[in-house]
Amino acid sequence: MDVGKILIDGLRAAVGVPAAAFAVSAVGLNLQFGYTGLLNFGHVGSMLLGAYGLAITVDLGGPMWLGVVAGIGAAVLFGLALGYPTLRLRADFLAITTIAASEILRLVFRSEFARPLTGGVFGIQSFADGFFALNPYPDGVYGLGTFRFDERQLWVMTLGWLLVGLGLAATRRLVYSPWGRTLKAVREDEDATASLGKNVFLIKLQSLMLGGAIGALGGMVLAIDQQNVNPDFFQPIVTFYVYTIVIMGGAATITGPVIGAVLFWFLFEAMDGFVGAAVELGWLGPWFDSTDVGPIRFAVFGLGLMLLMIFRPQGILGSREELMIDAR
Amino acid sequence: MPADFAADTAPGSTKPDAVLTVDGVFRKFGGLRAVDVAHLEVQRGTITSLIGPNGAGKTTLFNLLTGFDKPDGGEWHLDGGTLVGIASYQVARRGMVRTFQLTKSLARLTVLENVLLGAPDQPGERLSRALFGGWAAKEATNTEKAFSLLDQFGLTDKRDDYAGSLSGGQRKLLEMARALMVDPAVIMLDEPMAGVNPALTQDLLHHVKALRDEQGKTVVFIEHDMDVVMDISDWVVCLAEGAVISEGPPEHVSTDERVIDAYLGSTHGDHA
Ligand SMILES: Nc1ncnc2c1ncn2[C@@H]1O[C@H](COP(=O)(O)OP(=O)(O)O)[C@@H](O)[C@H]1O
Ligand SMILES: [Mg+2]
Repeated sequence: MDVGKILIDGLRAAVGVPAAAFAVSAVGLNLQFGYTGLLNFGHVGSMLLGAYGLAITVDLGGPMWLGVVAGIGAAVLFGLALGYPTLRLRADFLAITTIAASEILRLVFRSEFARPLTGGVFGIQSFADGFFALNPYPDGVYGLGTFRFDERQLWVMTLGWLLVGLGLAATRRLVYSPWGRTLKAVREDEDATASLGKNVFLIKLQSLMLGGAIGALGGMVLAIDQQNVNPDFFQPIVTFYVYTIVIMGGAATITGPVIGAVLFWFLFEAMDGFVGAAVELGWLGPWFDSTDVGPIRFAVFGLGLMLLMIFRPQGILGSREELMIDAR
Repeated sequence: MPADFAADTAPGSTKPDAVLTVDGVFRKFGGLRAVDVAHLEVQRGTITSLIGPNGAGKTTLFNLLTGFDKPDGGEWHLDGGTLVGIASYQVARRGMVRTFQLTKSLARLTVLENVLLGAPDQPGERLSRALFGGWAAKEATNTEKAFSLLDQFGLTDKRDDYAGSLSGGQRKLLEMARALMVDPAVIMLDEPMAGVNPALTQDLLHHVKALRDEQGKTVVFIEHDMDVVMDISDWVVCLAEGAVISEGPPEHVSTDERVIDAYLGSTHGDHA
């Protein structure tokens, strides 16, 4: 087993485009879930709208900047449409509505009648040429040994990590502001917050819409990297990857979502290499072959998550003191 | 120095300068008429205690008046403006703030943050201002005000602790300090003394009186301890089975047959 290569593959993933894109997306969910306590189980819907907003706009002949605006706008409206009818109701209504809505979005986007606009099951390709035309990195590969990226990957990584930086700066500014205090207050107790003259409904709606806009940016980074959007990427499981990332890194911490994303992709990739090698070496006995690598990886991942919840439920950055507080 | 005013002692009597008037407000839970107040006026600048056996409907009346519950009928006015159909947060903004019988501290906010949240005029609570700045000066003056409130309530040492780490009594104090930060004209306290250390009770009573005497606020006060009620109230209103059965100065109500009957007849056996 080439442990060195497995670790380096893990590291590549940890700094790569998916890690950056999921970090951006997780920054948005952290605002909703971590700071405001909103159970949004349809976060992938915002990512889908970001990706498709961009792809469709360019596909129709529009400029990329307009696609970015369209993607963000669509996600904000999605937040409004979901929040408006449900945020006055009990918290579980939002959870149920959002998970259903994100699935409806995916099914509509992949349907035959939407195909003229969304490309149906085939999706849309080659809509980010404008972005790659601006690539300042000369052609070539950068890095050492197997830790290498080509100029295209490097350019998308630059975009992705730049957005992560912006997202963190914005989060820091917001959560230390009086507005951020109202988010946390809503998370702790809506009645108490309302009794002090704060419009709880508006606060939740803003959090949902802003978090959705940030999620849309994450979706765009993924789409640009692939030069491809496809409805079946945006499955509900993606939302739960983002939850894993936020919880693993530490919900309601500023950099937690980024730490979580880096760790998630490192483990995801390293686990792949490790389980693959283990199967090949016959360590898992005659019962498993190479087709089982994917499922085993998920099972191990799930086990890891359970252990994390048992031994460090506050995540990597979260404070145990804060978690243990009896939220009467 | 109790507030001086003359009003007659029939249930539902008119007051010379009522800040809060309630007309025909009722609320049913299933077959139970939990609140059924034909008429009630609260005199401005007084400490008015609301008493009554357990289950009399005191908390429910608070919930209705402050927009946390919707009545099945009736109307009520604050300073002449109707509050019917007004959302709870709007009621607070119009100057009537309540606390909760079951304390609602914002556990994972610090004590200071809890109090700062009460400030009514922080522009940084708008998303745009939060992003682009322009709220630090207001926060500084609010923080000074919060410090002085925390000082009054003996919570200065705790100000950087999470509110969730406070004792039950301290939470009551914090909730009151937080409500005062809103600077309401009318403050409604639902059993603020319950669970508070007896040594602090005297202090608290002092603060409540100061609210009336120094700031001219109106306090509506649900309390079970009759000694406290006798000591602090300008006016006492007794509720039983949702209705006002007696009102008047403390001496009047405490000797009223109907009040004594209501307490003795209370199946809960609560001889507060
Ligand atoms: N949400 C509710 N659902 C059903 N019954 C309620 C509810 N809230 C209060 N009640 C009932 O209404 C009556 C008045 O309760 P409450 O206002 O809490 O009394 P108090 O504060 O005077 O002790 C009680 O009989 C109580 O059981
Ligand atoms: Mg009560």
